[in-house]
Amino acid sequence: MSTPIIQIKNLMKTYKIGGETVHALNNVSLEIKKGEFLAIIGPSGSGKSTLMNMLGCLDRPDSGEYLLEGKNIGKMNDNQLASIRNQKIGFIFQNFNLLTKLTALENVELPLLYAGVSAKIRRETAMESLKKVGLADRAAHLPTQLSGGQQQRVAIARALAANPSILLADEPTGALDSRTSKEIMEIMQELNEIGNTIILITHDLTIAKQARRMVSIQDGQLQENGGELLGHFAMH
Amino acid sequence: MGILQCIKMAFRSIKSNKLRSCLTMLGIIIGVSSVIVLVSMAQGSTTNVTNQINQLGTNLLTVNTFGTDLALTQDKIDQLSKLNGVKAVAPVVSGRVTVKEDRTSSQQSVLATTPDYSSVRNVNVSEGRFITDLDIEYRQKIAVLGSDTAATLFSGNDPVGQNILVNGTSFKVVGVLASKGSSLGSSGDDVVIVPLSTGERLLKQTDINQVYLQGKNENQMDFVQAEVEAKLASMFPNNTDSYTVSNQKDLMDTMSSVTESMTLMLGGIAGISLLVGGIGIMNIMLVSVSERTKEIGIRKAIGAKRRDVLLQFLIESTVLSSMGGIIGIIFGLCLGKILSSAFNMTLSYSSSIMFMAFLFSLAVGVVFGVFPANKASKLNPIQALRYE
Repeated sequence: MSTPIIQIKNLMKTYKIGGETVHALNNVSLEIKKGEFLAIIGPSGSGKSTLMNMLGCLDRPDSGEYLLEGKNIGKMNDNQLASIRNQKIGFIFQNFNLLTKLTALENVELPLLYAGVSAKIRRETAMESLKKVGLADRAAHLPTQLSGGQQQRVAIARALAANPSILLADEPTGALDSRTSKEIMEIMQELNEIGNTIILITHDLTIAKQARRMVSIQDGQLQENGGELLGHFAMH
Repeated sequence: MGILQCIKMAFRSIKSNKLRSCLTMLGIIIGVSSVIVLVSMAQGSTTNVTNQINQLGTNLLTVNTFGTDLALTQDKIDQLSKLNGVKAVAPVVSGRVTVKEDRTSSQQSVLATTPDYSSVRNVNVSEGRFITDLDIEYRQKIAVLGSDTAATLFSGNDPVGQNILVNGTSFKVVGVLASKGSSLGSSGDDVVIVPLSTGERLLKQTDINQVYLQGKNENQMDFVQAEVEAKLASMFPNNTDSYTVSNQKDLMDTMSSVTESMTLMLGGIAGISLLVGGIGIMNIMLVSVSERTKEIGIRKAIGAKRRDVLLQFLIESTVLSSMGGIIGIIFGLCLGKILSSAFNMTLSYSSSIMFMAFLFSLAVGVVFGVFPANKASKLNPIQALRYE
């Protein structure tokens, strides 16, 4: 665990909404090491989504530095960002974001498709990935034929398919009932145990607490261990 | 991502929206099939006209003079026939006569000419023989009948060897011409052909005012025409208004320029419908892009580059339009067959037109697909993901 997988230094991002400047990220610094399970907790409007977009290489900072495995993300163009997202980041979304017209297997194959993997290896790797989340028998099903929990597991398999450096989960249990939420969190735990680096973004303290490390964000500023915010959340 | 994968994906998305895809393709189908039907119709009539003109004789020049002063004597005809590039000449004396056979009597046009007329005017006998030099020399009272004339006078019986009365004089029928059909309004089948010498007597006219000349080579016709005109000018000085030399090629050129512009016009009209079909494709692709904003966002989040998204939508529109093109070609061919058999029209299909129509439909797909595809590829992934 020598060099961190993610190094963020003095990250700034501002938006102008109706003439008013909003500091979505205000001087954020963060280091994430390989194999970590980090939860980022914050209420809505805290800059949580901006941070997640930044970590997921969907957006570039106004200033500051973001190094992902030593590469400076801030200086990359759209195409370079796309291939970084493809190879280094596995997204897990709140509402699964599966393509409804593709089968579970085809959904999992998608990142490999964009990585230019040949059809045969693509199929094998995707199947392998589906096995990891226990859905090998549902490979030919369409997302609409699967339950919410199963859909999220397909999404996790998709995130894993290209063997990325980090898994970025944005409220992965937000659209699920408590029992399936528990299932999904168990899978996340298992994935972390076998060495995957996971970043979990949530507003739910009970979910965040299951991570090994927790940071909180409020008004665009980050605090280690949740800080005061944790107390603030605990009161609710 | 490979092109093949893109095409597969395009077919998938077309299949998942069958009705809409079919309606979109309909524009292209109608466009392509109307291009094929209309252009085939125009080209069919071009071939028709060309054939009809060629039936009048190939490489043909017609010399007409007016008045007895300007009669073409045998000597002058010989001079014309000796010109460079002239293959054969056929002087003609024509008039109208009453022809009678048994109880059938009819008015017919009569042509008195020489044996060369057969090759110069491209007329052939289907039965018997044509006029020979001996017939002219001995002023034989023989006649060759046009196919319609033969049918009128003999109603199906074999006329060869029978006698007819031409203006009261008995003529022996020695041959019947093969039917040529009517060309450009005048029928070549309603005629009685007699030897020149006999005809001159029959019509009481010794002045020859019309000579047909056949050139040796199609490409020399302008030169031959100039030669003939120069010769005529030297024969009849100061009378340039009293004779004409008409070239069959002029007629052909006029007709072909007419049919060419007809082809262009019809093709253009059909092309406009293809263009409208293309706009339909663009419209649907734009709808498709905004419907699938979320999908584009997802694809971009998991690593689709701008190029990947652009290609996906571009190939989708191209597949849509080229499928429409192929169906349109098949539909156009079927429609052409039905039309040609129902209305007895000559249609001439050319593979180049089909290929062109297909290429055009392909191009329409690309051109009208670029804008929506570009729009899709430029979507911001964050906003696209948020889109519901």
